[in-house]
Amino acid sequence: MLKVSNLTKRFGGVTAVDDLSFHVKKGTVHSIIGPNGAGKTTLVNMITGVYTCDEGSVFLDGADITNTATDQLVYRGVCRTFQHLEICGNMTALENILLGFDRYMSKNLLHTCFRSKKIIIDEKRYTDRAMHLLKLIGIDRYAHTDAKNLSYGILKKLEIIRALATSPELILLDEPVAGLNPSETAEVAELINILTNDEVTIILVEHDMKMVMQLSDQITVVNFGKKLAEGEPKDIIENPEVVKAYLGSGSFE
Amino acid sequence: MNFLQRYNIKNSLLILALILTIVPFLMSNDFYYEIAIIALLNAIICLGLNLLMGYAGQISLAHGAFAGLGGYISAVLVANYGFSPLISMVSAIVFMAIFAFVLSKPILKLNGHYLAMATLGVGVIINIILNSEEELTGGSDGMSVDPFAIFGFVFTQSWQWYILASILLLFFVWVMENIIDSPMGRILRSIHDSPKASGSVGVDISYYKSLVFVISVVIATIAGSLYAFFSGFISPQEASFNHSIELVVMVVLGGMGRIYGSIIGAVVLTTLPQVLTSFEDYQTLIYGAIIIIVMIFMPKGIVSIFDQFRSANAKSK
Repeated sequence: MLKVSNLTKRFGGVTAVDDLSFHVKKGTVHSIIGPNGAGKTTLVNMITGVYTCDEGSVFLDGADITNTATDQLVYRGVCRTFQHLEICGNMTALENILLGFDRYMSKNLLHTCFRSKKIIIDEKRYTDRAMHLLKLIGIDRYAHTDAKNLSYGILKKLEIIRALATSPELILLDEPVAGLNPSETAEVAELINILTNDEVTIILVEHDMKMVMQLSDQITVVNFGKKLAEGEPKDIIENPEVVKAYLGSGSFE
Repeated sequence: MNFLQRYNIKNSLLILALILTIVPFLMSNDFYYEIAIIALLNAIICLGLNLLMGYAGQISLAHGAFAGLGGYISAVLVANYGFSPLISMVSAIVFMAIFAFVLSKPILKLNGHYLAMATLGVGVIINIILNSEEELTGGSDGMSVDPFAIFGFVFTQSWQWYILASILLLFFVWVMENIIDSPMGRILRSIHDSPKASGSVGVDISYYKSLVFVISVVIATIAGSLYAFFSGFISPQEASFNHSIELVVMVVLGGMGRIYGSIIGAVVLTTLPQVLTSFEDYQTLIYGAIIIIVMIFMPKGIVSIFDQFRSANAKSK
């Protein structure tokens, strides 16, 4: 589905991502792990066109999408979430989800200014669908609460649901459970499971090893911008180099 | 769903219409009408400016200049090229829309203080051009403007202008409500709140920034042109930096991101200097003091008073 080949990004003298290649299969959860500063978020930013790639290319189903802007990628079925929450605080939870549906709704200036029937029908239809999504993560009772008054855990889930509203084929999740407690983490993991059941492909950047091992079909380990290892979770656990570079010499669960 | 709901006509709009109907009965002479009309036209400009500033989160220190330039284009087309007032106003709108679109592309890449500086520069340049193009604009002395007419009906009386301005204000308030309650309005607010979020759901941010800029400039052009026709005279003073600042203060003082805030701000700041004339030498001092006091005690704008009423009402129920 997504093919990344020979991506390189330099910031001054630092090579944040160095000649990185991997392949994501359709309908799988592909995790990217690595120590802090390994270049994981940089990689996500390069794939989603936030940073321009110095070298290399990104292919989506064979089509070259290198350096395509984030908003254009949405129309090709690629959506992302952020490591640091990007939610509109002054809008309600419902409005945040509707924002995801806005790509399907009429934004014609004349329709908008004179409130044509189409605007009303769209609003009704997608409000129902947005409420359905809010029910899915169990926060429909907060639908009309301003997002800034909701807890961090809820907002993290809200961000994933907002991405889902754009009906993507590929979602890039940048540390979806960073800063969440174990029960919230479990809820996000469940949400990701629901997504994969819907045939959505997921690229997961995460530090929570338990969750990564549980969910991933394939893992790419990155260190100092270079690919250290790649394989299924059980291979990664046993790879001595990975253990040394990232997981430490102790054991982990 | 009844008619009012279908067309998104809210109670506040009906109340505004009622107030606009009652006010003429309280106004005893033409001078009051003149102040009222200027306040209404300023309110119309502020509606557009508030969409840009309060909702989409972009600042413009050049809207006075845009309104003035729009007014000048209308005036010059009528005086020098024999256009009818309506046609000249439409031409001014088209020109200003294209001008704003071209201008928005480089300028709205900037943020915060830099955007303020850039728009300030544009405003000052417009003012200088109006001052120095003496053959067309009459320079700093200004130029006289023919009266306004629609399909042969000539606006001569103050009350006629009052009705025209009131209808336009109601219309634009309604349009603003529609924009804000639509997907487009949601997108504009999201650009203000979190541009990264809007980008991640497929919003072409630069397109919407340009769009809202063009809308606000077009509205300023309409009000600016009407002001020129109404007063029968236009000078570079209308396009001055002072006027631009005044408009921004109206929006902020009334309430950013609140439709009725723009109207309240415009009415208060247009009438205040007239009310204060009796203080003679101390007029400006008191004017400034009032603005400062309002901003300290009502940082969300004068319109926030009504929110307190509403929440008090909700509690008592």
